[in-house]
Amino acid sequence: MEFSWMIGGEAGFGIMASGLTMSKAFARGGLHVFDTVEYPSLIRGGHNSYQVRVSDREVFSHTGYIDLLVALNKETVHLHKDEMAPTGCIVFNGKEDPEDRFDVHADICLFPIPLSEIVQNLGVKSIMQNTAALGATFGLIGYDLTILEELLTEIFQRKGEKIIQSNIKVARAGYDFVMENHPGGTGIIIKPTDNHRRLVINGNEAVGLGALSAGLRFYSAYPMTPASGLLHFLAAEEQNHNLVVKHTEDELAAILMAIGASHAGVRAMTASSGGGFALMTEALGMAAMTETPLVVMVAQRPGPSTGLATRSEQGDLRFVMHASQGDFLRVVMAPGDVSECYWAAGRAFNLAEKYQIPVLIITDKYLTESHKTVEPFEPVTVDRGLLLNLEEMDAVSNYKRYELTESGISPRVMPGHPNIIFDANSNEHNEYGHDLDNPDNRTIMMDKRMNKIESIVKELEEPVIYGPPGADVTLVGWGSTKGPILEAMLLMTENNISVNFLQIIFIHPFPAEKVSDILKSSKFTIGVENNKEAQLGGVIRERTGIELNKKILKYNGRPFTPEEIANRVMEVMIHG
Amino acid sequence: MAELADFRTPIKPVWCPGCGNFGILAALRGGLADSGLEPHQFMIVSGIGCHGAVIQYINVNGFHSIHGRTLPVATGIRLANHELKVIAISGDGDGYGIGMGHFIHAMRRNLDITYIVHNNKMYSLTTGQTSPTSDKGFSTKSTPFGSIEIAVNPLTLALSSGASFIARGFAGDPPHLRKLITEAITHKGFSLIDVLQPCVTFNKVNTNDFYKERVYKLEDEGYEPVDKAAAYERAVEWNSRVPIGVIYKEDRPTYEDEVVTIQDMPLVKRPVEGVDITRTMEQFM
Repeated sequence: MEFSWMIGGEAGFGIMASGLTMSKAFARGGLHVFDTVEYPSLIRGGHNSYQVRVSDREVFSHTGYIDLLVALNKETVHLHKDEMAPTGCIVFNGKEDPEDRFDVHADICLFPIPLSEIVQNLGVKSIMQNTAALGATFGLIGYDLTILEELLTEIFQRKGEKIIQSNIKVARAGYDFVMENHPGGTGIIIKPTDNHRRLVINGNEAVGLGALSAGLRFYSAYPMTPASGLLHFLAAEEQNHNLVVKHTEDELAAILMAIGASHAGVRAMTASSGGGFALMTEALGMAAMTETPLVVMVAQRPGPSTGLATRSEQGDLRFVMHASQGDFLRVVMAPGDVSECYWAAGRAFNLAEKYQIPVLIITDKYLTESHKTVEPFEPVTVDRGLLLNLEEMDAVSNYKRYELTESGISPRVMPGHPNIIFDANSNEHNEYGHDLDNPDNRTIMMDKRMNKIESIVKELEEPVIYGPPGADVTLVGWGSTKGPILEAMLLMTENNISVNFLQIIFIHPFPAEKVSDILKSSKFTIGVENNKEAQLGGVIRERTGIELNKKILKYNGRPFTPEEIANRVMEVMIHG
Repeated sequence: MAELADFRTPIKPVWCPGCGNFGILAALRGGLADSGLEPHQFMIVSGIGCHGAVIQYINVNGFHSIHGRTLPVATGIRLANHELKVIAISGDGDGYGIGMGHFIHAMRRNLDITYIVHNNKMYSLTTGQTSPTSDKGFSTKSTPFGSIEIAVNPLTLALSSGASFIARGFAGDPPHLRKLITEAITHKGFSLIDVLQPCVTFNKVNTNDFYKERVYKLEDEGYEPVDKAAAYERAVEWNSRVPIGVIYKEDRPTYEDEVVTIQDMPLVKRPVEGVDITRTMEQFM
């Protein structure tokens, strides 16, 4: 069973809330969900759409087709009619088929439902049309309405019984209208499979949960789409988990406060999108020079500059890899789905503290704002590395913050212990953290900081291959393209194309040997990236000397659909 | 109890002979010693500029940060561990130029941080350019025909931005500055001490003699630093007489007082391992 539902309308129509409710409703029936949202950078007006894909198997991305479109305005039909599945259905606000049938293909069935009349008759606000549309959807696909009622009860719990009841009344009215006027429904029946509860979670929230489980205590950020979701989630959890969440005056302050907090001894993090991260780059170098552990999430959106503020792209990889002046060590990791977001956050704090370096988690709008069903997460295992505990601090004499060791890692302490007074220094310094600019010391200290790379490389996970080894085509990608690529592989396999997928999560330090081995044994390699210049492709060439055979790139601000990838791979296979 | 000697380090300052920084350093060590706290209880965050090396000359915890960014670093440290007595030190170019935004927001917050600005009315480590506190007409390498902008007044700015302790010191009077520093450290809330500091190498106008002829102590005139309107009057006084001392002081809740999650204990004391997110995950079901 597979079904793709979309609701669309003007910003301010409650599209986001309706979409998430739908996702949760399917998840509560034991089904798997992936949803994604598109919206312009406007608070009111402009077109919003929210697609929920549901299946009885795990789904990894949205699709390029819609089975049931709920159009809260006429524009929605015009904008999405070409995405309709051949026998898809459209619900629209009205009494009967409009004469022009919106100029949609004759096989598309139209369900006129007088949403505005329904809410008017019930004497509730017109904004509640979306709830009537949800009720209607439940009727059209034969889904259990009590699940929706239960969800509405939870959602409006804080607003009181009256609000709950009026929402339920509206949902039922939409449902009843369908039962009376369109009793055959869409012909698609979706039944709950079991009561197995999964999380319906997006990348921002998964990073946040991973950070909480890893013992995050300090989060500072300045709002910027699409990283704001992480700020909002953590701010709401501030008191539940005893954090300090600080909305700072700017992104410079955000990263600097996180560095200060981390220096004082807590696990601290910040996040932004490319524009905000641009402001953070100077301090990123300070974290490296002072060897202060730091976790930064960069949620990409299309640039340059303000670019497309609410859309998706993978254009900041090179920027994140090279941001800030000077040579220094950092880890850049690119999780590809919400589970990997959770795991990446936990891993990032351990790496940051073990190696006393900045660790960057690179995500994007598609990953941070799309929800997917996943099993509840296992707790993160905490490893703080060479952070001395109280007894160890008691025993220290002549503490050197930047003590030269074979691994390059010096024991770290929390300032405030009577036994240990020390300096951290963003200038080049000696073992005590005091300014020293002689050439020998510079060389020694550069080597000390960079030598950590050897231990890091040993402990980083290898890149992953999905699909059969020795396939005819190897797709190569990073980050959020993982989902559409996995789904595209299914479509290609149906078309008898033998394909596998190399996903690179740790992009810096780059796993050159392993990637090289895989690519050398691949018959035909295709890079799939949401950017103009195939940035990962460039990194691969730089680190392995291998040029991928072909590249499939998309940079119109929208994520790939699986169909698009499959078609373009097939085109490449046929036409070269 | 810690003594003055406990705040000394064997490292020799790199400043020019006769630099006002020496007077500030002496006053700072004394002020810390007089506060009754031990060296390990302090954390000094410095910025970029001649003052920046100061952390190496004082035996307390130090963090030499970057240009203009001392206050957000200090804020992060303070919020993570409010048992540390945090002192941020900047220069005028550093704190009132590139760091101006952070300065204003830090004062709004009224965090319990002492902020000492070495104000020599120019950029010195970069070999003598005009700074935000340079007077209009001030001629430097970057303004050879005289600065066109008027000078920032840190004191009036602090008065309007919510600093709860505002003072001006003079590097040429270390005993007086020492008292101001102790008072600022003891004050609960954001304390600004703007320090008039002659730059013997580049500033040929605001010299030691220039200040010696003009500075007078507010306390000598029976001034009480409690009235904002009166404080504004003193803060704008810059002619034949230049006041030093505490300009304004008020008791109001600090930022730390109002952060719910650090009331029981500092963040650094909370366990990192074993955080239970089971209940948090329920909201996603």
